[in-house]
Amino acid sequence: MVNKLIKEDTKMFLTGNEVLAYAANSAEAEFMYGYPITPQNEIMHTWCKLLPKTGAGFLQTEDEISAGFSTIGGILAGKRAFTATAGPGNVIMQDAQSMAEMMRIPFVCAVMQRGGPSTATVIYAQQETRLTCYGGNGEGFRIVYSTAGHQDLYDYMIKAFNTAWKYKFPTYVLADGYQGKMREPVMLYDPASRGITMVPTEKALLADGEIGVDRKSAHMRNTYNMEEELMEVLDSYQVDYDKMAEDVAEWEEYKADDAEILVIAHGIVARSARTAIDELREKGIKAGLYRPITIRPLAVKPLREAVSRAKHLLFTESANGQLAQMVLEKIYGLTTPYSTLFKMGVGVTGDDIVQKVENIVKEGV
Amino acid sequence: MAELLNLPPNLPKSQNAEVGASKFCPGCGHGITLKSLGNAIDELDIKQKTVFGCDIGCSLLSWNYMDLDTVQTHHGRTTPVIYGVTRANPEAIGIAYMGDGGGLAIGAQHLVNASVRGERLLIIVVNNTNYGMTGGQMSPTTMPGQKTETTPYGRDCSVTGEPAKAAEMVAAIANKSKSYVARSTVSNPMKLKQTFVKALKNVENGGFSFVEVLSICPLNWRTNNVDTFARLQQMEEYFEVKEFLAPESV
Repeated sequence: MVNKLIKEDTKMFLTGNEVLAYAANSAEAEFMYGYPITPQNEIMHTWCKLLPKTGAGFLQTEDEISAGFSTIGGILAGKRAFTATAGPGNVIMQDAQSMAEMMRIPFVCAVMQRGGPSTATVIYAQQETRLTCYGGNGEGFRIVYSTAGHQDLYDYMIKAFNTAWKYKFPTYVLADGYQGKMREPVMLYDPASRGITMVPTEKALLADGEIGVDRKSAHMRNTYNMEEELMEVLDSYQVDYDKMAEDVAEWEEYKADDAEILVIAHGIVARSARTAIDELREKGIKAGLYRPITIRPLAVKPLREAVSRAKHLLFTESANGQLAQMVLEKIYGLTTPYSTLFKMGVGVTGDDIVQKVENIVKEGV
Repeated sequence: MAELLNLPPNLPKSQNAEVGASKFCPGCGHGITLKSLGNAIDELDIKQKTVFGCDIGCSLLSWNYMDLDTVQTHHGRTTPVIYGVTRANPEAIGIAYMGDGGGLAIGAQHLVNASVRGERLLIIVVNNTNYGMTGGQMSPTTMPGQKTETTPYGRDCSVTGEPAKAAEMVAAIANKSKSYVARSTVSNPMKLKQTFVKALKNVENGGFSFVEVLSICPLNWRTNNVDTFARLQQMEEYFEVKEFLAPESV
């Protein structure tokens, strides 16, 4: 058991990376495995600084491959363990993430996106959206929360542990270097004070009871002999995934009810969009926001309803349409026209969006 | 006579009697290695607290071979999974079981760092001088001149470098007083078992252990019984069979 540091509502002025470390502690996380990569480093810096008070564990591994796989080891041992990574680290951690997906391991990871491909830039992008949702040699049986600020980071990091342990799919908090490095006020709280109970962990290895007396030995595998045998397993995962999606999928709408121009954005870009929408409304343009919070799975029904109501869509991302691609698939058959504002690896400001929407109103694109 | 034939096989208690016929190829060294390991676990009576991790490659076939809590991992990734377990559960005795490819090629960084950090687990590298599961390619331990699918004219060390000597490398970088490092061979199962006993005792005492097992692969070597053991003998001459590090406590 770890000591929780936040016992009552505490307003703090923190960087997002610090918030994530506090959130993991509030979620009673017991172990972090990590490897340095910018812009997520301060998650483990904070976690390590707090260790004497929390009594939790930490291992600095030799690379993200090890961070991913040793996190799996910690989880199999029954600990609420997690890791964090970014960019090229997220790429090589896919090896472990696909094992977690196949073996239904409640893997929790904070991804603080940076620019790509390759080493690229170290602070900001939304270019790990597709990778985080669908990386690995599988089908993307994952749950991805895309946060838009520090309160989100705190709330969804706590939630990620419960989602992972309840549904046994790898679960991610997808943020970025801006959120990780930026400092803003955030309300930290004890989850119990909000009626949140942490889902108990289970030991997959060395569970209680004696082998041969109380239980059989556990034999966990990820290799199958027959194609049909594999398909049967994956079909059952798909059924579980679809069922889970109904409970887990989250979205946010902002002035979307009567919006003629609907901005579709996730993460911190959605936050820029909110300021743009206020400005546009003042100018008499009926703009609104649809923000998927879980970008995997997407909440399809409300998405299609919001898109149906609008006259024009604007997809905007700090990537070349990674979210748009996933959304367009889900709104197949609807005929609402769309425009795009994609800035690969660069922040999208409120001004960018205002200008783009004004162009759409004036010129129709 | 009929009664004699009905005798159950003499398996270690920590071997899974329900697994049926071994999935390893006829003549494979994994069976001897795993039985010796099972006997060592029985002798120390640590079955209930042992976690067994197996790599991908031939070693993956051991996923249900032992009556131990077992996790099959990815190629080269057994070491981090198992030290992930033992870091989180200090009571656990971790065993990471792999071949020479998993240990010395794709997973070498984990072997190096686990050795240096003195992770509390036993790493077993079963060295049969080739990648068996994928059809017999050159591995880091392929002998000079040895023919494999990717060295069809024999391993040319001027191009590929010399065979990697795992136990020597680990002994050079591991903590001298807390690590047990040995090379053993399937030609002497009793000695192999004793090596595992010492290695596991050292893990129980909080240390790091590494055992390289010289093994045989008649299918990919394309050798008959006589030639198989002749080649194993050559390996034993090339790769010195001995204890490299042994704390006094074991």
